[in-house]
Amino acid sequence: MDHYLTLPGWGLAVFQSLLYIALAPLLVGWVRKVKARLQNRHGAPVLQAYRDLYKLLAKEARVAHTASPLFRAAPYIVFTATWMAAATVPLLVVDLPTAAIADIIVLVGLLALARVFLALAGMDVGTAFGGMGASREMMIGALAEPAMLMAVFTLTMTAHSTNLSSVIDHHLAEGFILRPSYLFALGGMVLVAIAETGRIPVDNPTTHLELTMIHEAMLLEYSGRHLALMEWAAQVKLLLYGTLIANVFLPWGIGRGMSAAALGVGLAVVLAKLAALGAGLAVGETVLAKMRLFRAPAFLNLALLLSLLGLLSHVILEVGA
Amino acid sequence: MTMQTALALAGLAVALALTSAVVSLLAKRVPATLRLVATPLLGLAGLAALAAGLAALLLGGSIQATLPLGLPWLPWHVRLDALAGFFLLLIGVVTCAVGLYGPAYIRSFEHGPDSLTALGGFSGLFVTGMLMVVLADDAFLFMVAWELMSLSSYFLVAYHHEHGANRRAAFLYLLMAHVGGLMILLGYGVLAAFGTGFSFTELRAAQLPPVWAGVAFTLAFIGFGMKAGLVPLHAWLPAAHPVAPSHISALMSGVMLKVAVYGFIRVVFDLIGEFPWQWGVAVLTIGSVSALYGVLAAMMQSDLKRLLAYSSVENLGIIFIGLGLSLLFLSTGFRALGALAFVAALYHCLNHAVFKGLLFLGAGAILHSTHEHDLDQMGGLLRRMPWTGFFFLVGVLAISALPPFNGFVSEWLTFQAALQSWQLESGVLRSLVPIVSAVLALTGALVAATFVKVYGIAFLGQARSRHVRRARPGPWGMQAGQGWLALLCLLLGAFPTWVIELIDAVPREVLGGGLPQAGVHGWLWLTPVSAQTASYSGPLVVLMLAGIGLTAFWGLNHLWARGAPVRWVRRGDAWDCGFAPPSQRMQYTATSFAQPIRRVFGLLFTIDESVTQQEDGTARHRLKIGDRFWGWLYLPIADAVESAAKRVVRLQSGSVRVYLGWTLATLVGLLWIIT
Repeated sequence: MDHYLTLPGWGLAVFQSLLYIALAPLLVGWVRKVKARLQNRHGAPVLQAYRDLYKLLAKEARVAHTASPLFRAAPYIVFTATWMAAATVPLLVVDLPTAAIADIIVLVGLLALARVFLALAGMDVGTAFGGMGASREMMIGALAEPAMLMAVFTLTMTAHSTNLSSVIDHHLAEGFILRPSYLFALGGMVLVAIAETGRIPVDNPTTHLELTMIHEAMLLEYSGRHLALMEWAAQVKLLLYGTLIANVFLPWGIGRGMSAAALGVGLAVVLAKLAALGAGLAVGETVLAKMRLFRAPAFLNLALLLSLLGLLSHVILEVGA
Repeated sequence: MTMQTALALAGLAVALALTSAVVSLLAKRVPATLRLVATPLLGLAGLAALAAGLAALLLGGSIQATLPLGLPWLPWHVRLDALAGFFLLLIGVVTCAVGLYGPAYIRSFEHGPDSLTALGGFSGLFVTGMLMVVLADDAFLFMVAWELMSLSSYFLVAYHHEHGANRRAAFLYLLMAHVGGLMILLGYGVLAAFGTGFSFTELRAAQLPPVWAGVAFTLAFIGFGMKAGLVPLHAWLPAAHPVAPSHISALMSGVMLKVAVYGFIRVVFDLIGEFPWQWGVAVLTIGSVSALYGVLAAMMQSDLKRLLAYSSVENLGIIFIGLGLSLLFLSTGFRALGALAFVAALYHCLNHAVFKGLLFLGAGAILHSTHEHDLDQMGGLLRRMPWTGFFFLVGVLAISALPPFNGFVSEWLTFQAALQSWQLESGVLRSLVPIVSAVLALTGALVAATFVKVYGIAFLGQARSRHVRRARPGPWGMQAGQGWLALLCLLLGAFPTWVIELIDAVPREVLGGGLPQAGVHGWLWLTPVSAQTASYSGPLVVLMLAGIGLTAFWGLNHLWARGAPVRWVRRGDAWDCGFAPPSQRMQYTATSFAQPIRRVFGLLFTIDESVTQQEDGTARHRLKIGDRFWGWLYLPIADAVESAAKRVVRLQSGSVRVYLGWTLATLVGLLWIIT
């Protein structure tokens, strides 16, 4: 562990964390753009997400009379927890100190912390839509979280470590082996990522229909910089799941070592992988329709089943072999 | 300090608790005695127990003593070792908080119809009983203390006996506590049959054939599991815990259940000492079922204290998952991994005592100022009772296993133990453990949903009834009790390395090996197996969460706001998408919050839901959620007992001659057996 905890390591960790919040709106803008092109629209420029954030940050925040202090604290907690969770996922290079501070289980815990505050904030003002969103979000979270843990446990059991850097190192050292457990876990992880980031077919990020909202329903009372932080956190979460799939399941190309070349290659490769994943997400959102809410449990049960199959096929087929 | 002093401190704790019980006898004449003397004495007893436990854990080793009490041929033995010390510490932590909280809470009973003497006396005896169970070093003293604990808590459950439901709950508790007690007694009997006496030293030396060891294990598991509220023997728990006064509920849920865990560890890990892997599988299975069923049942509740009681079933399930993993690893020869799972279980014991104590005290504070225990009537309490609201939030985050609080650390350790199952030889066991960890993950996520419901409905939103709207913050003593436990929730989560170093004395003593790796990288880094495998830094997570959050707050509210052309925060009506101004009746209730999960997991419960149209055009929604285990287990047993009783009643003919005949027959039968 001590070889992580060097001064350049800490510096790079800070840089990588800042890169997360800097790149997050770009990914969302890219997905929107691709989706618009697929639907024969021009769509907003890719950089529109940045402009939206700036606009919101410059506006006054309006807070309901009935809101408690928790309502105003929640955006900061949600943003911080999501960002910290993201900072533990290697983006450009492996073996950074952030991976030692928090492993994959802590990552899931931090995301759960963000979700809990998001749901509490939704219930704080005391409107019907907020409670509705919170109740649905917690149901989906309750089913998605175990699926996610099982999917990542498949990887961590293979690498005998819950430290994401070690997991990536292990896979790179092992070379490309097509394991059945991986395919199951990857399938489960993709489904979880879709559900957790509130994309079609589980939730629709662009919906204007209150009764079908999940994530947006909790944010209805937010405005100004509070809304900006909540939106930004959601974008960071999308980038986090994208990176998790891109760098943990398909780690090839990630930088190892602190040289400028490694960093440059790492950045280029991860951007290419994320662009491909984003395009895939846009295609999926274009061809699929949103499910009814009570279809979502079946969707998430499938995710849990896939992840569990991944874990079982690992311990049964691959451990002894 | 020596172990001698530690034992003396433990003795002082017992004496103080007994004194508290005796002093309460005056409460009938001078009601203030209970508030001013008896409850503070209980708090001091807690403090002494805490000090004794800490000393025992820090010093290591053990000390024995014989008391001049008991039977002529079997004096009472007491012993203070690391295991007993850990549980003394746990009892002490919560009892301290109760000592701070109790005086203000009891004040409202001074003008009530119920006897203060009974409350104070039985509280003192209850704590005495728990302390003695932990200190006992022979089966006889253990059972006496155990019964003292069970009986005195029965009277506390029945404290508000004017309600029929409370009397029924207390009776069910008494019945099940005694069936459990009988099982434990028989378990000791089996052990003693192969040993030379009833002291634990002799029981430990007993050589049991595998079959009889299995019988002793089964009896102990049923007996202690019944007290710990494991599914399916949990029926008494959600009935009994909520009806006791809230500070007693905190002791029952936070501490008494842990005393059952202590008993299980003492008998299985210490006295029996050798186990086949099947025991681990049994404990794992029961633990998983309890965890999942407990949290789902908690999700369905609308009564706050009942919900907390079901959540105790869930947490005890998690503890037994840890113990089961430990049994599994120890029986297959992985001593270090067994110690890891064992430490995770103990850590969770301590955590659950702290946060469940905190949550029950919070529920008591709500009850104290609003006289309300139904979540569907609450709302907006965070603004009415800010400190209680804040401490309760800490408890909610801790129980939901969210970093950086304490619940997360023990769950993390349990996962780390489960993830080492690839080392097991048997493929069946290797695939069983991942399923258990899936259950654990699902449980953790559902707990978060349950407690978002609790906090969101009770403390956020708008008040749903008039008396809740007029709630006032409680007296400072009640807040201090909660504050102490909330602080511990954060400290136990932020500095796991120190806590584990403290707990480590227990596995070193009981299992013969601890977790040497846990703290080798300094107090910042928790590395239970090795740094390569997993590491977690509680202090840095706290520091970064607080640092980034406060920087963002300061940056946006001060730096960024400078020169802003508009007012920075404006208060207004809730928007609610521009519909009519929201009233408190339009909010989600606890019942509606749970509806999606009720729909997904509805099969596990008997749900009776109906909507009827009233004559005045309004609709009425009725919802009744039942425990399926009543139908599966309890009602058949009750029916069988009843039909057996109906058969036996034929003997009761009313004729003296027939009775004399039966007596004679019994006598002859007994004589025949003897000869």
